[in-house]
Amino acid sequence: MREPPVPHRPGKTEHIHPVAGRRANVLSVASLSVLALFVLIILWLVAADVAYLVTGQIRTGAVAKMLADPRAMREIARAIWLSVSSSLLTLVLVMLFAVPTGYALSRYRFRGHALLEVIVDVPIVLPPTVIGLSLLAVFGLGPGSWLKQSLHLSLSSMTGIVLCQFLVSVSYCIRAVKASFDSVDVRLEQVAMSLGCPPWKAFWQVTLPLASGGLVAGGVIAWARAMGVFGALMMLVGTGPRVRVMPTAMWLELNSGNIVQSLTIAMTALVMAGAALAVVHWLAPGRKWA
Amino acid sequence: MLRIEQICLGAGDFRLRDVTFEVAAEEYFVVMGPTGSGKTLLLKAVCGLIRVASGRVAIGGADVTNLEPRFRRVGYVPQDSGLFPHLSVARNITFGLRVTGIRHAEAMARVAALVEILGLGSLLERSTLNLSGGERQKVALARALAIQPALLLLDEPVSALDEPTRREICHLLRRVKSQFGVSTLHVCHNRREARDLADRVGVMSGGRLVQVGTLEELVDRPADPLVRRLLMLEGEGQEEV
Repeated sequence: MREPPVPHRPGKTEHIHPVAGRRANVLSVASLSVLALFVLIILWLVAADVAYLVTGQIRTGAVAKMLADPRAMREIARAIWLSVSSSLLTLVLVMLFAVPTGYALSRYRFRGHALLEVIVDVPIVLPPTVIGLSLLAVFGLGPGSWLKQSLHLSLSSMTGIVLCQFLVSVSYCIRAVKASFDSVDVRLEQVAMSLGCPPWKAFWQVTLPLASGGLVAGGVIAWARAMGVFGALMMLVGTGPRVRVMPTAMWLELNSGNIVQSLTIAMTALVMAGAALAVVHWLAPGRKWA
Repeated sequence: MLRIEQICLGAGDFRLRDVTFEVAAEEYFVVMGPTGSGKTLLLKAVCGLIRVASGRVAIGGADVTNLEPRFRRVGYVPQDSGLFPHLSVARNITFGLRVTGIRHAEAMARVAALVEILGLGSLLERSTLNLSGGERQKVALARALAIQPALLLLDEPVSALDEPTRREICHLLRRVKSQFGVSTLHVCHNRREARDLADRVGVMSGGRLVQVGTLEELVDRPADPLVRRLLMLEGEGQEEV
């Protein structure tokens, strides 16, 4: 008789049907109601944006006027391009830091490990405005000031934007990457090494492919965070025309009374965020090998 | 083939202390001991996955104490087989050959006899995720043997299997031993495996190797009450220790 297959699916868990027996229990009703309320709030936010554009502004011709205004369209396109290009550059930097850092935190245990984990998480709990202000301080004195002068760095530039986006988003990616490496059994790496792999090759051939879903998800989360950075940019980079990314442009347009332009940028950001979320969920741990 | 001289190492609070023994060429050596006695740690030390604090490990006459696992020529089968879930059965088996630059097709040709002996022909293109426990162990064994190791290291290879599958894998291990003549170090906590497979047996307890001999010698002259208890000499028909 053939033995049943051995389950080996990371992330696979049993599920409970919300209505067990004849009546739904209090726990399932309460938790599902709160879930439904939360989903309703999110959908309301999205619907309000769309409704405002459609019912309020199209009738008054504001959208048509904006579409016919080359200056407005150019500014929107520039903001979108600057956001996309800077966030993609940030994403490359983030991955270069997050993969080795996440691997080291996941695989090695040493004195001070817990402290390092806390330090790595600091940008998650810091308000983004504080990150921007801290960067101003870093480049205002000491070695930071010297570096800025030696490299002729301008903070009100792509460099400043990427710096802000990097510091605001990198810790989220490190968390996701570490969790992904944690889910890969270290013995698989050991077996690979016993079969002839040097450590880097065991990592490349075994650990990285198995963690790839989490790595991509971490990258997408970091990218989405980078796209949304506002407070840190306001502190370090400002709102000049050459550094106007989508969040900054949205804020400026709203302050100038151009709510249609602001909402158009918001809707573009919404579509991008939706696509990013779809990627994250598609690559969620446990799905890839299911 | 394997010579271990007074190795000591620590892992957390646990210590492996002054372990010394030899495994001869083509010998099947079983290390028995209760859970937490240091068997897996010993296997990892031989494999090079954990650094020894002192002592010496020699394989095939060469001192490998400070060598990385890939230079030791050992085939390692961890508990639960450790198959790569992102690779097919065939690619698992040829992994050790492919990482040295041999193409998959050529590697498959080299392991054809192994696949035949272990009865894996019908599984080659399958994912490892849907294999039974016995099939997983066979694939792990094929993968370890594919690199033609000087020493085979088996970490409780049949402990989690049902009785018919356990018997089938033990039969295969005997066949592998006679066909390939590879020296084997097998750790387990089950006297049946020692009875079915071992040329000699070592008994571990608390990080020490307390006695080495044939199973008959250990049964006839246990070094202390602990060995007697481990071999279940006082039990009535029980075989698990």
